[in-house]
Amino acid sequence: MAESNDSQSNDQAIQLKDPLVAGVLAWLIPGLGHFYQGRNAKGALFAICIMGTFLYGLYLGGSKEVGWGRAVYFSFRTNDWRLPWLCQIGVGFPTVPMTLLQWKLEDKPILNGFMAPPALHLPEAADNAAPRELPPPSQISLAWINRLLPRYFDMGTVYTMIAGLLNILAVYDACCGPVPAESAKKEDETPQGKRDAGKGEEKS
Amino acid sequence: MSSFWFALPLIVSISLVYAATRQEEVGAILTHAFRVALWIAGFMAIVFGVLFFVSMQVS
Repeated sequence: MAESNDSQSNDQAIQLKDPLVAGVLAWLIPGLGHFYQGRNAKGALFAICIMGTFLYGLYLGGSKEVGWGRAVYFSFRTNDWRLPWLCQIGVGFPTVPMTLLQWKLEDKPILNGFMAPPALHLPEAADNAAPRELPPPSQISLAWINRLLPRYFDMGTVYTMIAGLLNILAVYDACCGPVPAESAKKEDETPQGKRDAGKGEEKS
Repeated sequence: MSSFWFALPLIVSISLVYAATRQEEVGAILTHAFRVALWIAGFMAIVFGVLFFVSMQVS
């Protein structure tokens, strides 16, 4: 909570508790680090905005037929370098353990293929005019997913990537507090501001 | 559904989170978020206009 009367610019007065713990908590679950610091309003805002974006991305990137949450998976196999995963891990707890577990399980994913990498082999049915029976979600390939979820799979990927990147901003805020506005920076650059900053450093 | 609608929740989410990393008070966050949302929407409109113009020239 802000302790100063001038809440707009006195960011140094915000109690960040242990910034490292707050940062890790904020990475694990968006908003959790801010709740730990007692900054409940911001915690709720980060949780709703970031988790909402992430969950909507999971919804868009999946379906009953192909399995849910297919837009988020870990894979650095030949011909399937899933670079969006590097952004998606910004939302730590929902992403990292599940994607790594499903990658470890390889051909036997759990939870109906939730966050599981798609099969690498391209089923013949995906290219045929008269497709064969749809494989189960645990054996479905990327070609099938893109065929059944045209544009929605990519949209889900974008949403989950943006959620991960936004959470990096939230982690920074939990560790270091709000970034000073430009106007506050300019005030600090004035001779009076520099003198004040110098006094602060001497004290610390 | 038009693809444009997918941008709306993203603009709201991005502007709120960005503003929240710059301000601490809820009122200031909302005001800042509104300005950021306008900037994003304006920037997207300009890019859309440029791409639309280029596509008209090409076709």
